[in-house]
Amino acid sequence: MRAASGKNYFELFGLPVSFDVDADDLTLRYRELQRHVHPDKFANASDQERRLSLQMTALVNEAFQTLKDPVRRGRYLLDLRGIDMGEETDTAMDPAFLMEQMELRENLDEIRQADNPGKQLAELANQIDQRMLEKIVQLRGALNLDSSKETSRARNLVREMQFLQKMHHEIDNLEEELT
Amino acid sequence: MALFQISEPGQSPAPHERRYAVGIDLGTTNSLVACLRNGVAETLPDESGRHLLPSVVHYRSNGKEPVVGYEAVAVAHEDPLNTIASVKRLMGRGIEDVRQLGKSLPYEFIRGDTAMLRLRTVVGERTPVEISAEILKKLKARASESLSAEITDAVITVPAYFDDAQRQATKDAARLAGLTVLRLLNEPTAAAIAYGLDKNPQGVYAVYDLGGGTFDISLLRLNRGIFEVIATAGDSALGGDDMDHAIAEWIMQQANIADDADHRQMRRLLRDARVAKEALTRSERVSLNIDCGKGNSWQGELSRDRLNALIDSLIDRTLSPSRRALRDAGVTTREVDGVVLVGGATRIPRVREKVAQFFGREPLADIDPDKVVALGAALQADILIGNKREEEMLLLDVIPLSLGIEIMGGMVEKIIRRNTTIPVSKSQNFTTFKDGQTALLIHVLQGERELVSDCRSLARFELRGIPPMTAGAARIRVTFQIDADGLLSVSAQEQTTGVASSVVVKPSYGLTDSEIERMLRESIMHASADDVVRKLREQQIDADRLMEAVRAALAADSALLEAKERSDIEDGLKKLEAMRNGEDAEAIKQAIKSLDQTTQTFAQRRMDENIRKALAGHKLEEFDAARDKTP
Repeated sequence: MRAASGKNYFELFGLPVSFDVDADDLTLRYRELQRHVHPDKFANASDQERRLSLQMTALVNEAFQTLKDPVRRGRYLLDLRGIDMGEETDTAMDPAFLMEQMELRENLDEIRQADNPGKQLAELANQIDQRMLEKIVQLRGALNLDSSKETSRARNLVREMQFLQKMHHEIDNLEEELT
Repeated sequence: MALFQISEPGQSPAPHERRYAVGIDLGTTNSLVACLRNGVAETLPDESGRHLLPSVVHYRSNGKEPVVGYEAVAVAHEDPLNTIASVKRLMGRGIEDVRQLGKSLPYEFIRGDTAMLRLRTVVGERTPVEISAEILKKLKARASESLSAEITDAVITVPAYFDDAQRQATKDAARLAGLTVLRLLNEPTAAAIAYGLDKNPQGVYAVYDLGGGTFDISLLRLNRGIFEVIATAGDSALGGDDMDHAIAEWIMQQANIADDADHRQMRRLLRDARVAKEALTRSERVSLNIDCGKGNSWQGELSRDRLNALIDSLIDRTLSPSRRALRDAGVTTREVDGVVLVGGATRIPRVREKVAQFFGREPLADIDPDKVVALGAALQADILIGNKREEEMLLLDVIPLSLGIEIMGGMVEKIIRRNTTIPVSKSQNFTTFKDGQTALLIHVLQGERELVSDCRSLARFELRGIPPMTAGAARIRVTFQIDADGLLSVSAQEQTTGVASSVVVKPSYGLTDSEIERMLRESIMHASADDVVRKLREQQIDADRLMEAVRAALAADSALLEAKERSDIEDGLKKLEAMRNGEDAEAIKQAIKSLDQTTQTFAQRRMDENIRKALAGHKLEEFDAARDKTP
């Protein structure tokens, strides 16, 4: 019998390894798994089972968060293919993307100084969401074609999307500061 | 009084016997204990029929036990330094935090060995943990008497916005009081259970909980008996107490009482302020007759309008966390299907008015806001102790504050973000920066800000036993785990050699295990009893718990075992049972350990089986969901 903890996140949820995940189906599976492994179901059990339940629930939570989010899911698929994201060593990015990023960042700095930043922030967040959606479509295409060229394109896309997510976080933080 | 339920040797309690576990609301102002009896959750009264226990402890000289509750309240203004109220505000706090809380707390604080503060009393120094334990002991005794059984298992509620140190302090207090904590349950979540929101098919609910000293807002999504907390926010130092202070300050101004009023006078003023505040929930105005000391007095009047003006800014302070929770949850007030009010301070008409205005709907307040949390905790306790219910229910809660570690330049790197569903674990790789380095220090912080100095220090973890290597060669994988109580633990392993490092915890505001052990030995409750008897009893309780768990597992899933495996487990049970009926605590401990080892594979298979069942059952659910959608 193979230990559940040895499964990858897709296997844990009984899903095929693919970028295409139905969000509603995933949530349903998540809830069912929680109903069966959550520590509240083992409050009365032996230390051994309580420990296992804690580990398993943490794993289910982490797997759910990873599979739910397209960027993390994409990154995880690349992990499974043995692709190193190389964040610490490889800082080369597509120059066009970097330019775009710098522009967005400048916008954000300007908004920080603006008189009524709320509306502008929302617009900027919208812009980023839009770009994110485009990239999700591209990423789906790249990941579904399992060639080394496409894999390397997927890797770049994931890295760009991580940048966008970080920008989004900064916008959220600024919104919070302002309210 | 039959306190202990002891079965005859060789007999375990009948399996169908209903077990009792209680829910405890350890509040800033009042505490309650509740239990499920005959299918109904009810709070348990004292011998005079009073349900609330004021969270006040009075320490007495000449070796008398401390008094707790109304008796302590009665002497508070005579002996303010030895009468501790609102101790919850001090849990998991350091002396600097208390300075920030201001002069409002009329006690003598002292700095201990750790940053955890201590209070000087007539019986010596006491930590907030020990003081809280006195309240819990009182509730435990009340429950044991009401239910004619020794009560050891409890669900204890904490504000959702409590940080790790405050949660740990609460759990330590329970341990000192001789209670096993089945779960630390967030107060708003407990209230949602009490309202039976699980019976609603689905929807998003907000729980607005303004207590004596803390404010919480939680947003929950309900779906087929699953309570999913989607965001929580709050202020763990804001509550009805602050309103009392605002009123007291106003009285001082009006009555020309100097700022340097002594402890006794301050206590009297706060009491008068509270009485006035409570009276104004029913009437439009209240007359005041204030003792100004030295035989002087002041007469005046406080109107509800004036009160509103005094407390409006405090109520407004609850709205910004409310906005944050909504934003984190990604819902607007319009998408909220209901609002539940919890906590004594939500009785104040102005609070209700503002909440209704904010959410654009009338809040629910049909359950007594003082009792609702304890009732919900009792329901959860009953489920956790293993009593079956008709409808299945499951709580999925979140961590209220982000968790991070200190990196270069006094900055914090977030490891686990706030509002992440718990339990959760995250790993991070570290390396050494010196040749042959064998130890590493990790500073864990909680909070949303970027600078270490703006976050709350939780603990310093020292990893020892790293195999000596050249600088940068070691790969130490550190795992941060948050359990279902919202409590953090840390483990570490060097990846290239697989050597586990030992983790030595220095809690910033907490107690070490040895300090708790010492307190247990010293505590009055145990001083009279023999330490050996206590240890034996603890092991016996653990043994009973394990044997019951293993027997239940065998009854349910013995098909997962081969004959030899099964007989090994049965042998282990027999050995433990024999030891349990002996007098040797250490031998019982060893037998527990041994049985726990023997059941390792079994536990793993049962967990795998659970996962298989979850996904098999999923098909049916899917079918149901599809059918629901069909008109």
